[in-house]
Amino acid sequence: MRILVVEDDLEAQRYLVNGLKEAGHVVDDAADGETGLTLALSRPYDVAIIDRMLPKVDGLKVVADMREHANTTPVLFLSALSEVDDRVKGLKAGGDDYLTKPYAFVELLARIDALMRRRSPQSVKTRLQVGDLELDLLTRTAQRAGSAIDLQPREFRLLEYLMRHASQVVTRTMLLESVWEYHFDPQTNVIDVHISRLRAKIDKGFDTALLHTVRGAGYMIRAARAT
Amino acid sequence: MRAPDILRTQAYRIVLVYVAVFAVSVTALLAFTYWNTKRALDAQTDQIIEAEITGLSEQYQQLGLRGLAEVVVSRSAHGGSGLYLLANRFRQPIVGNLDAWPAKKEGPDNFVEFDYQRRVENALETRKARGRAFLLPGGFNLLVAQDVHERYLTERLFTTTLPWTVGLVLLLGLIGGALMSRNMLARLDSINRTSAEIIDGDLSRRVPVGASHDEFDALAENLNAMLDRIERLMKGVREVTDSVAHDLRTPLNRLRNRLEATLRHLDPGSDQAGEIEAAVAETDQLITTFNALLLIAEADAGVTRGEMVPIDLAPIAEDMAELYAPLAEEKGVSLSITPAGATMIDGNRSLISQALANLVDNAIKYTPSGGSVTVTALETPQGVELRVADSGPGIPPQERLRVVERFVRLEASRNSPGTGLGLSLVAAVARLHDARLLLEDNKPGLRAVIRFPRPAPRVR
Repeated sequence: MRILVVEDDLEAQRYLVNGLKEAGHVVDDAADGETGLTLALSRPYDVAIIDRMLPKVDGLKVVADMREHANTTPVLFLSALSEVDDRVKGLKAGGDDYLTKPYAFVELLARIDALMRRRSPQSVKTRLQVGDLELDLLTRTAQRAGSAIDLQPREFRLLEYLMRHASQVVTRTMLLESVWEYHFDPQTNVIDVHISRLRAKIDKGFDTALLHTVRGAGYMIRAARAT
Repeated sequence: MRAPDILRTQAYRIVLVYVAVFAVSVTALLAFTYWNTKRALDAQTDQIIEAEITGLSEQYQQLGLRGLAEVVVSRSAHGGSGLYLLANRFRQPIVGNLDAWPAKKEGPDNFVEFDYQRRVENALETRKARGRAFLLPGGFNLLVAQDVHERYLTERLFTTTLPWTVGLVLLLGLIGGALMSRNMLARLDSINRTSAEIIDGDLSRRVPVGASHDEFDALAENLNAMLDRIERLMKGVREVTDSVAHDLRTPLNRLRNRLEATLRHLDPGSDQAGEIEAAVAETDQLITTFNALLLIAEADAGVTRGEMVPIDLAPIAEDMAELYAPLAEEKGVSLSITPAGATMIDGNRSLISQALANLVDNAIKYTPSGGSVTVTALETPQGVELRVADSGPGIPPQERLRVVERFVRLEASRNSPGTGLGLSLVAAVARLHDARLLLEDNKPGLRAVIRFPRPAPRVR
């Protein structure tokens, strides 16, 4: 994937670029808003990662200008400004996601994955499938290997989000944001408990587990690898 | 300002007290004058009666009963205010201009006040009289009295006018007071309105200063000077918060980046990887604490006040109860939510959710297995409330104020995970919403209440 990184803190930029390259992405970088905007408008990118506070042209302005030029590249804002207010401003300016510094690199990767998949027209799907697990979005029912699984409404949304991002890491923060629509730090491992209850419903009694814990990052749902 | 508002003000209360004192004084003064005048008139009447009695008893001694009777008849015919009655020992009239001996008993000094009938222009009229009975040697009774009807009428006029006078004094006093306090209140009101706007977050407002350099202008100038200072301090705090946020987050970000980059190059199972992972976890804990502190500082500085919108507390309560239900179930604590009615307030959904999550989290953490936690959103006469009640050990009353301070953790909870910022954050969120965090005894357990003010349509 081609990724644009606009970040003025050079050390942070270096780690970001190196990390993304190691993860197999092609990365262009810019240290100020002006260069960033020029790059964003001149080349096609799959995702742009933009710091909110930039020299020359502010991050919000960069994205607003991109959108004005009909550039639809998904944008992930990075910012030391953590307030909900800032988040709302970022999203209103045309950003697609917002990550607060300091962030975990896996969180960033997971969000980039999620943003890139968003471009594919998956929303028209009425059925999601991972291995022998099927989710019918119309009847709101789930079944695995032909037997029905009884899910609470929230468990259904949790599973739906995981399955829409099948084979991608999904972090706890992303789950809280997408499934519960909240932006805050729960003090305890409250998301883990929801996941373990979901896991008990979909994986218990089956030979292969579909819902996996990714250490230090979050969760991933995927079919057993073909051997 | 409406009339009921004026009635509730201190200025008007002072006016009321003043008017009451004034009315009592006026009443006392009038009563004193009345009483003195009455006494002087009474004394005058009594003197006339005494003099007549002395004269008549002399007549009796010199001329005997027949002579006295003649004098009485002649004086009675005079038609003045003098009233006379000579009677036998059984008080049956002999001569005089009174038809009968008055039925009223005499006082200790033989004076008596009585009514009598008198023919005035062909009509009988009942009139007041005051007189003295006198027992003549030989067993005859003599009553000498004065007609005091005119005086009585004057007295009655006075006593009927007095309440009206007092009433008029009160009315005029109240009207005058209302006008006076209205003038004063208009100025106090402008100070109060400005203060309210400042409390609501607009620190740039200032109290209008008049040109008369009186006490009110001095007060306004002092308030404005104080506000300038507060605004400078707040701006300073905000700048510090912003730069701390930026200058500390950047190195924290680099630290975490470096640790993660190092971790990526290490063999996942190795000892070093374990150490680095532990360091990342420590960093994350540091970041959590840092974020919580910053959020408290921001909430206290009113930075986030801008996005207060009408929100319903009931769905938030339901969401948080739902979010924490599995955690409670895992611990064997029953978590229930009490349905509620109207629970709309002006607020910040995310911050309130965070605060409620902290309370529910705490409640579950400190409630032993088998206990219960109840989340309620309801409207009470005091305001709109979010309540989290548990059946845990509770917090001793003397500790309740302390636990909302930053980093304070009670002995009993030292060993459980947490930053000691949970309740401080709740308190800060409450302050931001002009709400109060109340920690009460749930008998047993703790009941934490966030009491929001009703979203009243503000008068500007």
